[in-house]
This record gives sequence, C-alpha cells and structure tokens, in this order.
Amino acid sequence: MSNIGIIARRELGGYFRTPSGYLIAAATLVVQGLLFNTRALGTGARLSSQVLIDFLRDSSGTTTVAAVLLTMRLFAEERQSGTLTLLFTSPVRESEIVIGKFLSALVVLSLLVLASVYLPALIFVNGKVSIGHIASGYLGLLLVGAATASLGVLGSALARTQLMAGVLATVLIFVLFLAWALSRVVDPPFGTIISHFSLYEKHFFPFMRGLVQLSDIVYYVSLTYLSLFAATRVIQSQRWQ
Amino acid sequence: MIVVDNVSKYYGSRRAVADLTFEIRAGECIGFLGLNGAGKSTTLRLLSCLLLPTSGRISVRGFDVVTHPHEIRKLIGYLPDTPPLYLEMTVKEYLDFAGRLRGLEGAELNKMRDRAVRLCSLKEVLLLPISQLSHGYRQRVGIAQAIIHGPTLLILDEPIQGLDPVQIVEMRNMIGELRGEHTILLSTHILSEIEATCDRILVMHQGRIAAQGTEDELAARLLKTRSLELEVRGTAELLTAALAPIPAVRKLHVTPHGDTVVRATIEVDDAAREQVSRAIFDAGLGLLSMHGQSTGLEAVFLQLSSSGSGQASARPAAGAEISA
Repeated sequence: MSNIGIIARRELGGYFRTPSGYLIAAATLVVQGLLFNTRALGTGARLSSQVLIDFLRDSSGTTTVAAVLLTMRLFAEERQSGTLTLLFTSPVRESEIVIGKFLSALVVLSLLVLASVYLPALIFVNGKVSIGHIASGYLGLLLVGAATASLGVLGSALARTQLMAGVLATVLIFVLFLAWALSRVVDPPFGTIISHFSLYEKHFFPFMRGLVQLSDIVYYVSLTYLSLFAATRVIQSQRWQ
Repeated sequence: MIVVDNVSKYYGSRRAVADLTFEIRAGECIGFLGLNGAGKSTTLRLLSCLLLPTSGRISVRGFDVVTHPHEIRKLIGYLPDTPPLYLEMTVKEYLDFAGRLRGLEGAELNKMRDRAVRLCSLKEVLLLPISQLSHGYRQRVGIAQAIIHGPTLLILDEPIQGLDPVQIVEMRNMIGELRGEHTILLSTHILSEIEATCDRILVMHQGRIAAQGTEDELAARLLKTRSLELEVRGTAELLTAALAPIPAVRKLHVTPHGDTVVRATIEVDDAAREQVSRAIFDAGLGLLSMHGQSTGLEAVFLQLSSSGSGQASARPAAGAEISA
C-alpha cells in the first residue's frame, strides 16, 4: 500500500471510530432535510426543476460547512496531541501526508453528499427533472466539496488549534464567496477578473442549473490543487521546526 | 555512525545548543544527561531531522540531515518525550500503522510487530485501545513504534519520564535487551538511569557539552576529592585527633564499631590519601582497612552543573566538616 493509502486509511478510521464523524454526518443530513422541506419545497406550488435548483443551492452551503468541520482536525488535532511527530520522523513525503489526509476527508464528504440523494430522488419520482440535471448538480457538489475541503486542509495545516483551523478555513472560503459581490462593485476589467474567483455564483450555479462546463471543472480542480500545494509547503516548513 | 560537527541551534536570538561536537559509534548506548532546558531534547530532535541546525553539520551513516533527511528517517526510530499515540486505535492497529509508514508489509510486518510486542511486553494489551492503557504501557507502545522497523539508530527522549519505580526497572531491562541490536541515544535527567543503562555519557549544560566519557572517566577527570571508608583499631577521639589537623581532609565522620574498632568516612583530596594513612600510623592506631567509595555520577553532574563548563572546580564549595 502506498503511503497516501496508509495515511488515508488511518484517517478514515479516525472519522468512524470517534463520535465526531457521525455527529457531523447526522447534523448535515438533518439540516439538509430541514432546508429541503422549508426552503426548496416551500408552501405553494413550484416547478420541480426550481425545487431541485434550490435544494442544490442549499446543499452547496451544507457541504461547505461539513467540509470545514471534517478537515479542521486533520493537522491541528495531531499537532495538539503530538502525533504529527510520528509522521514527521517517518520516511513519508509531505505531499503524501497532505494528500492522504485530504483523500480521507473527501471520501467521508462524498459519502455524506451522496447520502442526501434520496431528496432529489423524491423530486424525480414526483416531478419532472432529468437524471442529467441531478447528476450535474451532484458533480458540482462534489467539486465544491473537494475545493472547500482542500481549503480546510490548508487552514488546519496553518493553525495550532482546531478552532483556529475552522476560523481560518471559513475566512478563506468567505473571501472566495464574497468575490462575486465584490466583482459587481468594481469596474471592469478588474471586476470581471475578480468574478472568476467566485466560489459559488460563477462556477457552481451552472452545475445547479444542469450545465456542466469545462471551465468550472478546471476552476475547482485548480483551487483544490493550489490549496493542497500550499498546505504541503506549510507542512514542509513545519517539519523542520 | 553519527558525526556532529560544531552544531548550533538558535530559536530567534535564543540559543538552544551551541558548538556541539561529538561522535557516536555503531552499537553504543549513549546517555544525554542534563537539567531541564540543558539542550538534550533539542540535540535529539536535530538528530531526528525534526530541527534544522542553525550552523554546523550532522551526518548519520554518511547522510547529511539537511540534504538527505529522507534517508536518515529510514534509519531511525524516535520516541519523543510525549509518545505520539493515536488513542482511538488498538495497540496492534497502531503498531501496524507505524510499521507500514516505515515500509513494512505482509509477513515481514507481522514478524517485526511480534518482535516489538515481545521486547516491550505488550502481548496482553495488544487488542486494547491505547486510550485504556496506563502511562507505563503507553510509554512501552511508544518504544514499540520506535523499534518496529528494526532501526539502526534508536532515539529515546526521556523514556522513563512519569514512570513508577517498578516501571522504571522494567523499562531499564527493556532498554538493556535492545542494546547491541541498535545504537541507542537516550536523554534523561535521572542520574541512576544513565549509570544503569549507558556505555557513555554526554553531560549537557546550558546548551553545550559540559563533559563526555564513561562514568569512571568523568569521575577521574573531574572529581578531585575522594570519599574513603576507614576501619581503624583505636578510639574515635584518637582518630579524630589524628585526622582533623590534615587540611586535605574535608569531612570526617567517625562511628564506634565495638570496643576497640572505629569506622570513619572521610572526604579527602585525592592526592592526600597517603598522608591519611601515615597520620593514622603516627598516632599509634591500627589501620585495618581503607577503601574508596564509588564517586558517583551525581557528584560529577552537580560539579559540572555548578561550574557551567567542562572545567570543573578543583575543590568542593563546602568547607571542612568534622564530626565524631
């Protein structure tokens, strides 16, 4: 087994052996269900595609929160307990540590995202939405999840405590969230450039509407790569401190 | 095996260790002795590729810690002062994880895990979560993860910290079993452990090597006074009268032993032992026996710690003390 696999497997065990993983999963699914009933379905008659769009929009928020909660412990907890020393004195590369931890969080997050698929299935059975629309939305959710999880990994690599890791990741995500609002008050061409950094409106909303565009996929993959690269550099510098 | 050449480490402007120079041969068991903050842990962390030296050069088996840390990490097993344990894992799962990180797989992993479990006496807790183990067992699990891959160099930072006397003896026996198979570096501020366990001692004080050598070498080089046990035919008064005038006698404690024999413990400058025996003969007393007590690492350590360098003071600070 590769070092990435060894580390990812241990981290997965960490999620499923302690209450934290189950708590995060339960809380996310409960909130998702409540949002579906209160906001997406609403009280009056609505188009089923609009219900799906609203559900996906809300789910991008719950996925982001779950990603931060799942990742904030990854390095900060080990730093507090002293177990990072075991990884740092083993013949394992920093990139392997970062990717192994990220993959474990991504697996749990993906399971969590897919566990909500019964809600759009209800819309599919009782309304008129295409499977392609649902698949597009879930691809978007997984990409948002990967990107926000990678920002969570970076926050955890930078912070000393889990709380600080969560705060840092939230700030990073909030900056990218507000990029869209900022782009509207800044004159072109800078406004246009800033809009391309928008985490949700610019790149997730097309998935939400059933539109899969290569540029959006490239954005999320690039953001994930850059965050993990930065986290690797942070861990590299910490290994020698 | 290990060459440390003029190494210093600064945290900002604060000096942690300075001008460290020493060599360690393969198979040696070396004890780093020093007070808290003396630089022991920093030195071990430098050797474990956890700290970059500010200046100087460290090599392990020819690999430089700065340019080839990955190669060195394959050679070492490291137990920090707080064992790096995942409390939710069982001992077996944890050791398997540590073994896999060091490249062990399949039958080889099983074999090496069984060896570590045997050496550290962990068989009865193998399937228990680490969170349920006592401090002593956790320390053993920490050592087991450090030796699971059969490292050439085993680095143990304060391995007996927080253990009770029984656990200390068990830990000492365990380290004894590991000697020969590994080159061992261990740090402690407990003198008796160094005496019982190590071939050679590096005494650290304020970030520098204050002295190095075996216990006897350090004592011979640094202790200028010697403690002598005397058994003399005569009275306590006569013996006191004979020895008290000798300036080289720093302490004298006489106790009667039967009607005609007294026993005395004296501290005397090493060079004045002959003067003591002559004074006893001149007083008409019979010298039945005279032998030197073990000088003790404690005395060496206290002397080095108080002097702050390898140049130990020639005379103890306390003045002469005579009692009968």
